[in-house]
Amino acid sequence: MAADPIHQFEIKNLFSLGHVGGQEIAFTNSTLFMLIAFAIITALMIGATASRALVPGRMQAVAEMSYEFIATTLRSSAGTEGMKFFPLVFTLFMFIVTLNMIGIVPYTFTVTSHIIITVMLSMLVFLTVIVYGFWKNGLRFFKLFVPSGIPIYILPLVTLIEVMSFLSRPISHSVRLFANMLAGHITLKVFGSFVTMLGGLGLVGWIGAVLPLSLTVALTALELLVAFLQAYVFTILTCIYLNDSIHPGH
Amino acid sequence: MATSTPTSTGTVAPSGAKGHFPPFAKETFASQILWLVIVFVALYLLMSRVALPRVGSILAARKARIEGDLAAAEKLKADSDAAIAAYEKALSDARARAQALANEVQAKQAAAAEENRKALEAQLNVRIAEAEKSIAATRTAAMANVTSIAAEAATAIVERLIGTAPAGATVEAAVAEALKR
Repeated sequence: MAADPIHQFEIKNLFSLGHVGGQEIAFTNSTLFMLIAFAIITALMIGATASRALVPGRMQAVAEMSYEFIATTLRSSAGTEGMKFFPLVFTLFMFIVTLNMIGIVPYTFTVTSHIIITVMLSMLVFLTVIVYGFWKNGLRFFKLFVPSGIPIYILPLVTLIEVMSFLSRPISHSVRLFANMLAGHITLKVFGSFVTMLGGLGLVGWIGAVLPLSLTVALTALELLVAFLQAYVFTILTCIYLNDSIHPGH
Repeated sequence: MATSTPTSTGTVAPSGAKGHFPPFAKETFASQILWLVIVFVALYLLMSRVALPRVGSILAARKARIEGDLAAAEKLKADSDAAIAAYEKALSDARARAQALANEVQAKQAAAAEENRKALEAQLNVRIAEAEKSIAATRTAAMANVTSIAAEAATAIVERLIGTAPAGATVEAAVAEALKR
């Protein structure tokens, strides 16, 4: 069990809730950690700001920093008009970053290491962009695929490329987060297993285990960075895509 | 792809992991999607309705407070600057007035002194003139006395020498001649 780096991604039913259309609906470990993330975000954003202190305490300062961080990111890439998507972008960032951070803790489950979750989130963004883009701009939204100032003889090619890149957005958007989480956790698990395997060999093994142990420590720090960075990348790409739906003409 | 149910406690053998890759286990998708939708929507509503307006209002209140305080501080600074300027002006005014007063007093005193001096001079001049006049009178009188004394002495000398008194007019003429030399 310890040697299997995939085992940590196993979805376990904690209790079943029944079957809908041949699909089992269950309260799983994934559900549990989603709810934990929900509780943490709620405690931070609502619990810590309850006093509405003029001089913020630590937790309120974190809540305010998160707010201003996302607000600045969104405003700088999608402009003031983009601020109508602030709750969506903020919820996405906080949800992903919290789930990623929880995943670093040993014995926890990383919800974002499942592609169905990241695909759902990126489809949410993709569909929001399309629906809002057409609702706001009508057919002018197609300008997104036709860059201005391009010679007419290569315009069809460029348009084809633009359409392809637009359609592949949800794929790269979701796979980037999923693959980073998955790969990072597998690597950590592999190096962790080396430590236990070598440790089982006696004194020589103990000395030999120092290297993978120190690598595990370093990788944990790297994973902490990746956990934040991938949440941020997901968020900033969301901002850029939303900007396209607000201002389709390049 | 995956055949084992998610309720299984996990395939232990590495060979089993080949056919069983949890992120692609389709039978878990329905649960995950359902819970993701529930949790995400709940979180979205909570953030957009409660958390973000609250944090936004906290930040706006703080910004307003800071700007208000800064404006008040600026106003106070302007007030104190004005007070300093007024003080400086009053000081320089007072200084100028004192200077003017001192100049005036000095000028007045100088004029009075000049006047006194002139009056005194005039007075002295009068007295000098009077004294000169009296000196001249005294001198004239003395000169007249000298002539008569000399005439008497010459008469007496001549009388002793020759025994007879000369005529008064002759003696006076001779004395006047002698005095002229």
